[in-house]
Amino acid sequence: MDMPAPNSEIIAKKAMIAARLRQVLPDRAVIEDPAETRAYECDGLSAYRCPPMLAVLPSTTEEVAEIMKICNEYNVPVVPRGSGTSLAGGALPTADSVILGVARMNGVLETDYDNRIIRVQTGRTNLSVTGAIEEDGFFYAPDPSSQLACAIAGNIAMNSGGAHCLKYGVTSNNLLGVRMVTVAGEIMDIGGAHLDAAGLDLLGVICGSEGQIGVVTEATLRILHKPEGARPVLMGFDSNEVAGQCVSDIIKAGVLPVAIEFMDRPCIRATEAFAGAGYPDCEALLIVEVEGSDAEIQEQLDKILDIARRHNPVELREAQDADQAARIWLGRKSAFGAMGQINDYMCLDGTIPVSELPYVLRRIGELSKEFGLDVGNVFHAGDGNMHPLILYNANKPGDLEKCEAFGAEILKLCVEVGGCLTGEHGVGIEKRDLMNVQFSEADLDAQMKIKDVFDPKWLLNAAKVFPLANSQARRTAA
Amino acid sequence: MSDYNPTTEAEIADIIAQSQGPLAIQGGGTKGVTCPGKTISTQGLTGIVNYEPGALTMIAKAGTPLAEIEAVLDKEGQRLAFEPVDFGQVLGQQSDPTIGGVFAINNSGSRRFQSGAARDFLLGVRFVDGTGQILKNGGRVMKNVTGYDLVKLLCGSWGTLGVLTEVAFKTLPKSETQRSLVLHGLTSEQAVNAMTRCVGSPFEISGAVHLPFDPSGAKTVIRIEGFEGSVAYRVEQLQKLLSDYTQSQLDDAGSVAFWNDIRTLAPLDGHSQAIWKVSVKPTDGPAIMKSAGFTGGFMDWSGGLIWGTAAASTNPRDMGINGHATLIKGPTETISKFHPEAPLVAAYSNKIRQKFDPSGRLNQGLMA
Repeated sequence: MDMPAPNSEIIAKKAMIAARLRQVLPDRAVIEDPAETRAYECDGLSAYRCPPMLAVLPSTTEEVAEIMKICNEYNVPVVPRGSGTSLAGGALPTADSVILGVARMNGVLETDYDNRIIRVQTGRTNLSVTGAIEEDGFFYAPDPSSQLACAIAGNIAMNSGGAHCLKYGVTSNNLLGVRMVTVAGEIMDIGGAHLDAAGLDLLGVICGSEGQIGVVTEATLRILHKPEGARPVLMGFDSNEVAGQCVSDIIKAGVLPVAIEFMDRPCIRATEAFAGAGYPDCEALLIVEVEGSDAEIQEQLDKILDIARRHNPVELREAQDADQAARIWLGRKSAFGAMGQINDYMCLDGTIPVSELPYVLRRIGELSKEFGLDVGNVFHAGDGNMHPLILYNANKPGDLEKCEAFGAEILKLCVEVGGCLTGEHGVGIEKRDLMNVQFSEADLDAQMKIKDVFDPKWLLNAAKVFPLANSQARRTAA
Repeated sequence: MSDYNPTTEAEIADIIAQSQGPLAIQGGGTKGVTCPGKTISTQGLTGIVNYEPGALTMIAKAGTPLAEIEAVLDKEGQRLAFEPVDFGQVLGQQSDPTIGGVFAINNSGSRRFQSGAARDFLLGVRFVDGTGQILKNGGRVMKNVTGYDLVKLLCGSWGTLGVLTEVAFKTLPKSETQRSLVLHGLTSEQAVNAMTRCVGSPFEISGAVHLPFDPSGAKTVIRIEGFEGSVAYRVEQLQKLLSDYTQSQLDDAGSVAFWNDIRTLAPLDGHSQAIWKVSVKPTDGPAIMKSAGFTGGFMDWSGGLIWGTAAASTNPRDMGINGHATLIKGPTETISKFHPEAPLVAAYSNKIRQKFDPSGRLNQGLMA
């Protein structure tokens, strides 16, 4: 994975830049000791590491603005960072960059149940947003699987999803307003507690811009009352086609489950060996969860089970109590850990039209043989967001490269059948060089024009999202 | 007939690239907007390109009539859950809206607070920018974070960034049945209190309006949709929650008819000089209903959306709104259609417009 060569002129000014930053920040908020900056050398994509020149940990929006003004003045690249859980390398630094971490900005600023909003500082973790309101019966819906650790700032940057977004939508659908610091150090408010911000939908384009447009320090989020209850069913099938057809039939029948999760045989076997959830040994397994009161849950499950029975399932298991529900989820929730027990793995994130599922799984199987690497599939079937897990050995020379080549083929396949490279993890550096598969030069140029508007010198997280060749002229113009 | 009547995306690109001067984009022409210059119609770009009911997705050319799309969805038991408002009656337009027009203005109706806005359902766009370049963004799958989300940027840009030529969007199943609870005689404050309690309950409601000027007396109406058993259960729970108030009920047919009237803005007097649409947080709704100078109107989105009729001289923005007010019909020569933005936001928005339409030709003057 190529990254642009660091600018030695900037690195030469490190001491001066650190001193300038200390003028506007408390001493402890500026980190320059290489032993300490190392903590920021990578995110969840840990195969790639590079310590930043400096790291700063501001506590207020105003401090963020001062940092941006200084970095802008000296043309210092800035890499914003939430909790550093990105699986795409979204927070990977360059050696000449300042990491701007928002972790210390984690307060709740306002909770308003009448208007169903919470306003938080963006360093707050996803789960602790819900934590602040759950005693009163409310929750924040987007639930990426890293929700214990990941920050709202990163959720906004990557437009994060989760298992329950089939019903509740992704971050973008639950974000009503932001306070954002621009590269020039201006503080701007967009949207608020009302629905649909005025004017051009800047909020829509900021969400998912991977920290390239500005630094979001505060967010107004939509909150919902918790459902009365939820219950999953598990169904096993002896072919991927049938399981895929079952998903489609459930959706067509007008039932809208909160989650439809899919696992294939390699993944089922791995999780059984690891977690012993008692899953059937079959080709494909679905977990479908519905919400409501007991009677409402039963009404929906009866319809779902009816449909499932028409597809001759090898197993049909309805949770009778909380313990059984937990067991049904156990295997799915330990799937990544289970695969990790077997070997190192790379987790992909392409989305496909649901109807292409059987074909795509068959092709992934063929590619697995060609590359000589095992792959397990676990994914959000309701919306076609796949998570193929490719197993490789990080200690074996050449294996990572082979794994990346295999991953690239799978993502190209996703695009070929009408899908996309990434459904919820983001492009980062990981899928940057595949963007040409999905977009024409002009399409990419149109996106880069938005960055030009907000960040004319391309200082913010510049080596991400766009293929380096496409962004070269812009990155080096300043 | 418009000045230009292209039937393909390539023709639109040619027209924009080879013509000079301002261009006014027309879909169904139902939004009551007139812009300077030659008119270019999208009505020749019609047809559903792809529809997969099992994936809840449809792709259609921008000029496809909304009515045609809704008929096709209806056959499969599906619908556009964001329930676009039908402006035809109040603006006195006879023609049919197009699907491109619906998304170009991010047209969302009563279900918006529960299901999301039009922009939340739009998955992908093809469009021609102000230089005649054909561009695409997004796709046809529900989860997609590949690159910047220009889909949302285009949605609600009123044609000022480009001419939409094709849209891909998410559909949802129609509900099996619906019912509405009607509360009688509430003040606006009481109504918003009742509506926000329902919205903030676990009993998922999909509509909450307050009609203070109803000829039969003030009416607050709550819609509940879903499977029969679930609807009956939630109606019962909500009745308990609202037991302080005098209630009646609308059955499935009655509820459908009532919400159709809301969708066509039937409670508004189409002869009034001005019609305003104000978006605020729900608890700000009553003050605006009372003090903005409206002569009629109603509150939707549990108080967060106010439709008001007014004299031409009334400007609800004068009272200071924490949100935004759009002039749907009225004296746009003297009062700007869109709510003036904070200078910094306006400056960045203008720069974006210059990138996509450098000579400012598309729907000139709108949103600027």
